[in-house]
This record gives sequence, C-alpha cells and structure tokens, in this order.
Amino acid sequence: MTHPLSRDIAQHLAARARWHPLEVAFWLAALGSLFLLPNQHLILTEIAILALFALSLDLILGYAGIISLGHAAFFGFGAYAAGLFAKHDLIAEPALAMLAAGALATGLGFATSFLVLRGSDLTRLMVTLGVALVLREAANKLDWLTGGADGLQGVVMAPLLGRFDFDIAGHVAYAYSLTVLAALFLLARRIVASPFGLSLRSIKDNPLRASAIGIPVNRRLIAVYTVAAGYAGIAGALLTQTTQFASLSVFDFERSADVLLVLIIGGVGYLYGGLIGAVLFKLGQDWLAHVTPQYWHFWIGLFLVVFVLVGRDRLTQWQSAARAFLLRAVRLQALRVRGEAGRS
Amino acid sequence: MLTILFDGIAYGMLLFVLASGLALTLGLMNFVNLAHGAFAMAGGYVTVILVNRSGFGFFTALPIAFLASALLGSLFERTLYARVYGKSHLEQVLFTIGLVFMAVAAVDYFLGSQQQFAQLPEFLQGQFDLFGVGIGRYRLLIIVLCGVLTVALQLLLSYTRFGSRLRAAVDDQRVARGLGINVNAIFAVTFAFGSGLAGLGGALGAEILGLDPTFPLKFMIYFLIVVTVGGTTTITGPFLAALLLGIGDVAGKYYVPKFGAFVIYTIMIVVLIWRPQGLFARAAAR
Repeated sequence: MTHPLSRDIAQHLAARARWHPLEVAFWLAALGSLFLLPNQHLILTEIAILALFALSLDLILGYAGIISLGHAAFFGFGAYAAGLFAKHDLIAEPALAMLAAGALATGLGFATSFLVLRGSDLTRLMVTLGVALVLREAANKLDWLTGGADGLQGVVMAPLLGRFDFDIAGHVAYAYSLTVLAALFLLARRIVASPFGLSLRSIKDNPLRASAIGIPVNRRLIAVYTVAAGYAGIAGALLTQTTQFASLSVFDFERSADVLLVLIIGGVGYLYGGLIGAVLFKLGQDWLAHVTPQYWHFWIGLFLVVFVLVGRDRLTQWQSAARAFLLRAVRLQALRVRGEAGRS
Repeated sequence: MLTILFDGIAYGMLLFVLASGLALTLGLMNFVNLAHGAFAMAGGYVTVILVNRSGFGFFTALPIAFLASALLGSLFERTLYARVYGKSHLEQVLFTIGLVFMAVAAVDYFLGSQQQFAQLPEFLQGQFDLFGVGIGRYRLLIIVLCGVLTVALQLLLSYTRFGSRLRAAVDDQRVARGLGINVNAIFAVTFAFGSGLAGLGGALGAEILGLDPTFPLKFMIYFLIVVTVGGTTTITGPFLAALLLGIGDVAGKYYVPKFGAFVIYTIMIVVLIWRPQGLFARAAAR
C-alpha cells in the first residue's frame, strides 16, 4: 500500500518525463532542416555543434548550479584530440575518433571535477578559468604536437563509417552532427529525468538539505561534471572533424563566455535552452558579423548588460508565452487532423 | 638575478595598484567585477592620448588618468552597477563580461587595435647600475610610486574614520548597517577610488604591460589571481599575492620560457584548492 502523496509525486514526475508535443515538433523541424535547407548546412552544422556544447554546460549550470567560465577547456581538449587522431591516423574512422575524443575529455573532466567541489562561486570561476588557460597555454607551447599558434594543420578526415565522404557543402557533416546531437540529447534527457537528475536539482536548490536527506553531494557533482565534460569534448571533436582544423581559439575565454550567453538566451535548466539559444545566437551572430564584421562583440556585450539589467525573469516571459502559443497551435492542428480523419 | 627580482617587484607593485580596487569591492559587496580591467584600460588610454596627442607632461597626465577613471567608475557604479548588487553571481558575471566586451570593441573602434605607448620623459628612460644590479629608471619610479600608494592606502584603512567604517563593512555588512554606517555611500566612494587606482595603474603600466583594446581580457585573470590568492579581508594579503605573482611571472618567463604562463596558472589552482579563502586571509566570519 503506497501513500497517496508518493503516488501523486510519482505521477507528477512521470508526467514531466513524458514527451511533450512541442518537443516532437522541435525534432521534426530539425529533421526537416536536413532535407529542406540543403544550402544552409554549413551554418546548421555550426549551430548543432554549439547546441551540443551549450547542452553540456546546461547539465552543470542548469542542473547542478556550477558556474563555469572555462568550459572551453573540454571543448578544446576534444577538438585537439580528434584532430590528432585523424592527423596521425591513430583512429581513422571519424565516429570512433569522436567517441575516443569524448572519452578523453571525460577523463579530463573527472580529473578536474575535484577542483570545482571546494570553495565559493568565485573560486569555481577562477579554477575553471584557470584550467582552460593552462590547457590553452599547453596547446600553445607544445608546438611539435599541436602546431602552436598556427593551429593544427593537415587534418584529413577519412570517410564517415568508411562510406560517406565529408563534402564541401557540409551535407554529411550536418547529418553527422545532428545525429550525434540528437543521440546525446536523448541521453541527457534520460539522465535529468532519472533519480540521479532529480538529486542534482535538489543539490542545486540547497546542497545542505540535499546532503541531509542522504544525497552524496560531492559524488553527484563529480559525476555530472564528468559527463558534461565528455559532452563538451564530443562537441569539440565534431568541430575539428567538420572543419578539418583546430586552432587555439577552441580554448578561448570568449568561447566559454559565448556558450554561457547561448545558454542564457535560450534559458537554463530545461535542456532545450542550449539548442534554442544556439539557433538564435548563431543567426544573430551571422547577421551582426554581416553588419559590423569587426565589432560584433560590442553588441553581444550590450545584449548581456541589458539582459541582466532588465532581468532574466522579464525576458524569459516571452519564452513561456511563445511556448503556450505554439502549444495551442499544435493542439488545434491535432484536433483538426483528428476531425478530418473522423469525417472520411 | 637581482635584476629579475627588481623587475618582478615592479611588476607585482603595479599589479597590486591595478587590483587593489577590485579586492576592496569584492570584499565589500561580494560583487564579482570582471570589468575592473576596463577602468584600468581607460586610465591607460587617457594618459596615452594626453601625452602623445595633446602634449601634456607625463606627470600631469597621471593624476588626470586617476580622476578620469574614478569619474568613469562612479558614473558606472551609480547608473549600472548599483542595480546588479543584489543579483546572483551568474548574473554579475554575465553583466561584467558584457561590459568588457563592449569596452574592448568600443576602444578598438575609436582608437584602433594597435598597441599604444606613452612617450616617457627623457630622464625616465634607460637604466643605471647600482652595485652591479641593472635598475630600470622607469621601474624604479613605479616601485617608489606604488610603494607610497600602498603605504598611504594602508594608513588610510587603518587610521582614518572612513577606513575603520570600510573595514567594519567588509567584516560584516549587516552589523555595520545596523550601527548606522552608510554602507552604500562607502561602497560608492570605494568603487570610484578603486577605479581611479586601476586607471593610475593602467597609466603607469602601459609601458610594461602593453596597452591595446584586449587589455581588460588579458589581465582579468591576473587581477582575479591577486584577489583570490590574497583574500579580500585585508589589504596586505593582495599586496603579498601581487608581489609573489609579479616575481613568479617574471622569473618564470625568464628561466623557463617554455612553460610561460603555466607556472602562474598552476600555482593559482593549487593555492585555490589548498586554501579556497586565499593564502593570507584569516578565516572568514561569514
């Protein structure tokens, strides 16, 4: 005999984990872009990679509450790892190399996760920033391995799965990136809906209470940080594989700051934030770079300042409004379809 | 060897003047101001423009740089920063990163991206020998100036009414408010003064650190190291941290150039892991 309250809670949690019509619509749109927008595949690839990177940050920021200013560390690590695998023919097949690069980044994430456990927000900021800087410096100085400031050149990708060559228009690259993004998204969705994900949320809300009800706070944080590092590493690997180049910019502070911005635009803590944010950010960046090629960071900065001053709540209201509107549209459409089916 | 030590001390002193304002604001309001370097950059550019284009003397330009940055700082504090104090660290970080991006792009737009140098007066150039130690005249000036500033700052904090109020507010803001101390006013003054110091540091450091639009980004990490390693509860902590950092950085770049900035970042991470409150901080009351 279970308590009615626990049954209610179980139902509530199950309802939250269920697939929402909007989610289905989102992924159908993503799938549609693969076939309907063949001329945009280059930028769409960039969007998919950025979305994966932002998704990774969402796991630690949105679900565990860890502020990181150095998430590019794992992105860059994965990028260089994938580049080196391809350049020296260690792992020729791109998908395998991507997984291996992700595994390496996961290892790095595990090793550095102990550094973010201690201290306040400021200490975490500094430590994450420091780790990214150390890696950037390492990539800069180990020029016999990484090409130093010139970047890693001579990366030639083998055909994907031994069959599909990366083409100049980016069709294969986009299909590949989108598939990886979707697969990892599914995994992330599973993770955050699991008891493990729920415990992360409770840690984010109040670490002290979380530990009081028996959640091993540190171990959970280590676990999610490690997973997120792996995600970021895979995103970096995808970037190298689709551009056949890796440069020091993968470790840049700007990259860590930009991905934070992406996540903030889309909204933190519901997984789709990074994806939607990546679309908006890339489109906005593309447009700004078109208008003012050199100074687009100014407008990004202005956006951040206004964003904080106006308040996140007020700006995120449009998201829930848009969500409600879309939902109504989808429901109406579904009713209409059902109605027509009934008539015929 | 001693020359390196000397250069390191000059560098460290400079870093201290640059970062001391940040230490105060961080300790006082628990506000993460990543845009501190932008005020230093403002001071640097004011000096360069005054000296190179308007024909001001270097020593007349320095106080003007201080005042200009202080003014800019208090303007920003009153209009923008004051609205962000109550927000979360994440939002403070986003806000100040935004300011940095804007400052970098704006300076790039108006003044170009090339590196700037202020023309130094003749007698400050070159170096002389003292007991076999090569001493740069300009670096000596920096050490003297920054040394005087440090002592003045310490005296100000220890012996004036304002200083004791400031220390009280840093130690426990709520109690300080309860005792009738106007913490907001103190903070506004401190912020302006800290920005002014940063501007002065930027003006003095243009020659040594190099001044270009990416200055706030490049040195952000250095300021933060000084503040986090030194702790924010005293002024001597950041001072020692800045000296260590300056000497370590100069020596590291000289003796093991292959490792470059490695040494510094690694030391920082180790210190932060070992003592998250800072190397020289007493245990925080909060």
